[in-house]
Amino acid sequence: MNGYLIFQTTLVVCMHVVGIAMLLALWRLLRGPTVPDRILALDTLSVTAIAELMLFGIYLDSAIYFEAALVIAMLGFCSTVMLSKYVLRRDIVE
Amino acid sequence: MITFLQIVLSALLAFGCFFILVGALGLVRFSDFFKRLHAPTKASTLGVGCVLVCSVAYHIFLGEDPQPRELLITVFLFITAPISAHLMAKAALSLMMESRPEPPGDKP
Repeated sequence: MNGYLIFQTTLVVCMHVVGIAMLLALWRLLRGPTVPDRILALDTLSVTAIAELMLFGIYLDSAIYFEAALVIAMLGFCSTVMLSKYVLRRDIVE
Repeated sequence: MITFLQIVLSALLAFGCFFILVGALGLVRFSDFFKRLHAPTKASTLGVGCVLVCSVAYHIFLGEDPQPRELLITVFLFITAPISAHLMAKAALSLMMESRPEPPGDKP
């Protein structure tokens, strides 16, 4: 068994594991009893989406998914800050 | 050498994905919001950092395009994760202030 096969197998297994983590975060996003739970689940969903995109970029051996992951990271942070600030002050731009 | 590197990268990927799964599982299984806040903001950040470092190493040593650009996302996530966790904790505190128990006073 060579190293390439081990790496590819680990990559596919890790993509499935991260997909399960995204489904768990989605369950908390839909179920979540309070508003901060939903904000936290949305933040976790964006973070795990970054990991899934980078794993997919390794799997296809291309660096084109880097831009998508960077945009998701920035938009995830900005949406978390905006939603938390809206919950905190009921106003976004003061 | 290449085989050893691939095995090391596989171990790093498995480590990172384990921590991502632990973070999501803690998000689902814990009972209170302030307990739930711990799992994704720490464990998932560590897991995504491991996955991004593995991606950098793969593209440098084994891939076609050797540029360490994924380190940008790693640094960005490691800076922004505590800030977003702090803001979410403040939002939850402002919403749940009525349901919290009284703090213990200093009277005997």
